[in-house]
Amino acid sequence: MAATIAIKNGHVFDPLNEIDGDVMDIYIKDGKVVPELSDAEMKDAKVVDATGKTVMPGGVDSHTHIAGAKVNSGRLMRPEDSYKWNRPKTSITHGGTGETVPSVYLEGYEYAQMGYTTAFEAAVPPLEARHTHEEMHSIPMLDMGGYLVLGNNWFMMRYLKEGDIDKAAAYVAWMMRTHKTYGIKCVNPAGVENWGWGKNVESLDETNIHFEITPREIIEGLTEVNEMLGIPMPVHLHANNLGHPGCYETTKESLTIPSKVKPNQDMGVEWAETKIDPTKDKSIYLTHLQFNAFGGTSWRDFESGVKDITDYVNSQDHVVIDSGSVPFGEATCMTGDGPSIHDVAVLTGGKWSNCDVELECGSGVCPFTYLKSNPVHSVQWAMGLESLLLIDDPWKTIMTTDNPNGGPFTKYPNVMTWLMSEAYRNETFSEVHKWANDRSTLGGVSRELSLYDIATITRATPAKTNGMAHRKGSLAVGADGDVTIYDIDPTKLDVTANYNDLITKFRYADYTIKGGEIAVHNGEIMSIPERRTYYSDIKVDANEEKKMLEDVKDWFRYYTLGFENYPTPEKYLVNPTPINVNMEK
Amino acid sequence: MTEVVLTPNTEIDIKIEADVIKPDEFAGKSKEEIEQLIVWQGPDQLPLKNFFDVKGQGGSSAEETFIMIKGDVARVKMIGAEMTAGKITIQGSTSLKVGAEMKGGEIVVEGDADSWAGTEMKGGLLHIKGNTIDHLGCAYRGSWNGMSGGRIVVDGNAQSQIGGGLTGGEIIVNGNAENFCGIRQSGGLIVIRGNAIRAIGAEMSGGTIVVEGHITNFTPGMQYEDEQYDLCFEDIECGGVFKKFTGDFAISKKPKGVLYAGKEANLEL
Repeated sequence: MAATIAIKNGHVFDPLNEIDGDVMDIYIKDGKVVPELSDAEMKDAKVVDATGKTVMPGGVDSHTHIAGAKVNSGRLMRPEDSYKWNRPKTSITHGGTGETVPSVYLEGYEYAQMGYTTAFEAAVPPLEARHTHEEMHSIPMLDMGGYLVLGNNWFMMRYLKEGDIDKAAAYVAWMMRTHKTYGIKCVNPAGVENWGWGKNVESLDETNIHFEITPREIIEGLTEVNEMLGIPMPVHLHANNLGHPGCYETTKESLTIPSKVKPNQDMGVEWAETKIDPTKDKSIYLTHLQFNAFGGTSWRDFESGVKDITDYVNSQDHVVIDSGSVPFGEATCMTGDGPSIHDVAVLTGGKWSNCDVELECGSGVCPFTYLKSNPVHSVQWAMGLESLLLIDDPWKTIMTTDNPNGGPFTKYPNVMTWLMSEAYRNETFSEVHKWANDRSTLGGVSRELSLYDIATITRATPAKTNGMAHRKGSLAVGADGDVTIYDIDPTKLDVTANYNDLITKFRYADYTIKGGEIAVHNGEIMSIPERRTYYSDIKVDANEEKKMLEDVKDWFRYYTLGFENYPTPEKYLVNPTPINVNMEK
Repeated sequence: MTEVVLTPNTEIDIKIEADVIKPDEFAGKSKEEIEQLIVWQGPDQLPLKNFFDVKGQGGSSAEETFIMIKGDVARVKMIGAEMTAGKITIQGSTSLKVGAEMKGGEIVVEGDADSWAGTEMKGGLLHIKGNTIDHLGCAYRGSWNGMSGGRIVVDGNAQSQIGGGLTGGEIIVNGNAENFCGIRQSGGLIVIRGNAIRAIGAEMSGGTIVVEGHITNFTPGMQYEDEQYDLCFEDIECGGVFKKFTGDFAISKKPKGVLYAGKEANLEL
């Protein structure tokens, strides 16, 4: 049972309540933030002294790859990722290994050590939903959910081509319920289907094989369906041509497609009492901007195309992005974008794994090492920071590394510190290839993010973006009692001299409190708190669903499994927490 | 130089992982402190004195410390792993990973060494007077960044995956080798004085391999260049006539790997 906790005298950073470092107390009872505790309750309460420390809501990662088939392929492919990165078990924790693709237990522990309490798996192929849930079942410390990959799904492409939006909506609703997933992920729309024939699509208006649908039509259709149903989060887009020099133009054009779609979030949940409106106000959530913003025409004239996109994002109100920053070192590229990973594998000449997921999507995995001496990698480092520094409004940006594509999530502290310290950026500039400076605008950026900004891009914005702000990302009354306390005194913060210290402080939180339980203290795991799995339970018209299911059953002859074995039952989930969506139906 | 003598005092059941046996750990420590150094045996952490009688004390630095192991330590793994200086002599055979990732100093194994000797070694000298098994100076499983510096000399035979992923340094095997010698090699030098079996230099993109004896199944991606006489790589000499090949063309259009095969032993090539 979650304890009653009083966190006293901390400097609180809670952007959803516009609290910027004020010294105040936070109270948690029965797993939720409460306005105060009675004298009797205070007697039994555990008091945490946060004097001279930074208090934030628990971290929320809205885009990470930590569960599912491709993560496991990464583990199997990479014994060398594990043998020098291992942690012994303790009296309450399991042992674990792996730097970029850690074993499931270690993933949970390491997120919690950094102060994170919530993470969403960014790509769940429907057929692999069971596997994904099985892994999420074993990841401790984190509340989780997953985004369902639908951008190359045969039924979606068919319905959208036919213009049958109602059936498309019925299909999305049924799929979310069937696979216990949370939002729509769209990866290289129309292109991954072509990859089954060794091809890709080059532009937004190129039709693909057989379905003869264009990426533009898929993005239009998915965003329309998404807002029609009122799904908690906007469509999560991994744009076409990703990872190819010049792809920034495709990305920019893709972002214009849903500019007229009106965001609609129709979910039956209890909302925490935040000061800022926590409801959805974006119609597209672009992922890993860095990988989507390659400029130039080849690797020889490669340059950052980030500024073009961030200028557009600054001028619009319907786009939110996560960065996909590159902190250098080991990474494992893994995505549903099979053709793009193939190109990475050709570049590295190393190991590569590829998978075609029947009627649904695909994926690829390829180990990668980002080197400071490499010109392109150095520009990518700069681009990942540009993505977060050139967009003026932190409510439009989320800090990620597209774990483990740009680098492992354990390097978030480095990214956060680069954002906060120009001195740290300058030190890195002195170590990397000169292209980092010559071919990006980062060198001319003097902006340094504050702790308030960091709390925004690692807590408030991801929670608001993926529709979890009703309980995550803030310390409002009624929010989950998820709190991070960093041993950072904001009144004595010196980002010019002490940035190395900051990295360590972000890496190992002083306290991570989850649902009112002290999960981490001094960077050590203290307890294994309760956790939940969220999914969207979307209501649709029963007739429409019936008609749609006839189509599905008909095409199920192309699947390698029987229709009855397709769904993921709730027993695969830890504390299944459905979110009722599309309440009017 | 100060000498520490370790004498095995027990039959070892589960093999122990004793990467603490190196001059870097022993330097500046008394006999009692050395006895208390921790080794792993399965899931247990036990003091070194449970397995060895310790005589002497560490020198003022790793350079000044000489470790003599009197007896057979065929059930002791990782001796000298990551050592940077000083010297270890093993008067017998040893288990897996002797000198793994060593950066400097010298290890002499008077008997045999098990697999993974000198794996991912970066510097120093590892001299095995007997035989060794697989993965000599090789990269870890899944990695192609193997030994990058230093020298390994084996007086006897070594088996498969010698110098896998070798990027620098030298490996000299005075006896025979078996399969996949120098697989994915991109630098450095491997000399096999005896015979080899197959896939020698497979997927190599740089570096040099010399096989003085017979190669049973020659690697198909190698291209014949010309004949060369009396090869000399600084202090390493290979006398006689050699056929020179470049490769592996199976992996790259312009591979820079060089494979010399002794002409007399490989007349069919």
